[in-house]
Amino acid sequence: VRHLPTGARGDPRRGKRIGYGSYVAAAAEVSVDGGKVKIHRIVAATDPGYAVNPAQIERQITGSFVYGLSALFYGECTVKDGHMEQTNFDSYNSMVIAEMPKVECIIMPTGGFWGGVGEPTICVAPPAVLNAIAAATGKRYRSVPLKNHGLSIA
Amino acid sequence: MLLLTINEQSHDVDVRDTIGMTGTKYGCGIAQCGACTVHIDGVATRACAVSVGDVAGKKVTTIEGLAENGVLTKLQQAWVDLDVPQCGYCQSGMIMAVSALLRGKPKPTDVDIDSAITNICRCGTFQQVRAAIHAAASA
Repeated sequence: VRHLPTGARGDPRRGKRIGYGSYVAAAAEVSVDGGKVKIHRIVAATDPGYAVNPAQIERQITGSFVYGLSALFYGECTVKDGHMEQTNFDSYNSMVIAEMPKVECIIMPTGGFWGGVGEPTICVAPPAVLNAIAAATGKRYRSVPLKNHGLSIA
Repeated sequence: MLLLTINEQSHDVDVRDTIGMTGTKYGCGIAQCGACTVHIDGVATRACAVSVGDVAGKKVTTIEGLAENGVLTKLQQAWVDLDVPQCGYCQSGMIMAVSALLRGKPKPTDVDIDSAITNICRCGTFQQVRAAIHAAASA
């Protein structure tokens, strides 16, 4: 379980500018075959304080894994001669439907604060998958994106 | 003058800027994301990579041309019923891609969906997209 920095609760100066402040956790089921990582399932929980529209929160959580997993496997910006080398989706991949695992969402509002729901679980996507890869293979990856380690999504 | 046949009517130019059919979106411009997907003679095509001269005399269908007489297709209705879109930008292209898929495979499997639908959705609506495809297929 990883807690995000809770600006909303801890620091009133920052809290008024940051819409996060939610508590999140995620776990992943993966299998690794050579350089191919198959993500079978993600379970993600968010405590946003209050949950106004659970259906939308579920969609936001699910979508956050498109960002988080794209970052984990593909996301890299490199600079050459003063210019970004990645200029479009041909050089900066975003996960498509075939790559996305099923994401199961747990919304567990405990009340008393207003946290965000779109971005917090992005932060737990890579550690959840990396921990699962370590559990499956014993190997720890200390840098991302994983494409640089020869790993891709099955 | 270039005559294009769009949604059964003849127009002399481009879909968005002069005809005002803004459903078709401009995304990456290099046929990667699929936001601009239309049907050209029934084939789902990423319009951004097609020269206008290549469409002359062909039948173009945009998202505006799917519904008939104001009645949404089963696919569009499934999209509404399942609240698929979030920001919505990619969804016209997504629906056009799925519409072409369903014409060829009325009951697509998950594997069919995975191989046919390669549109990028940064909101991550994929679970709802998949559910809506199956709902439309069984409606």
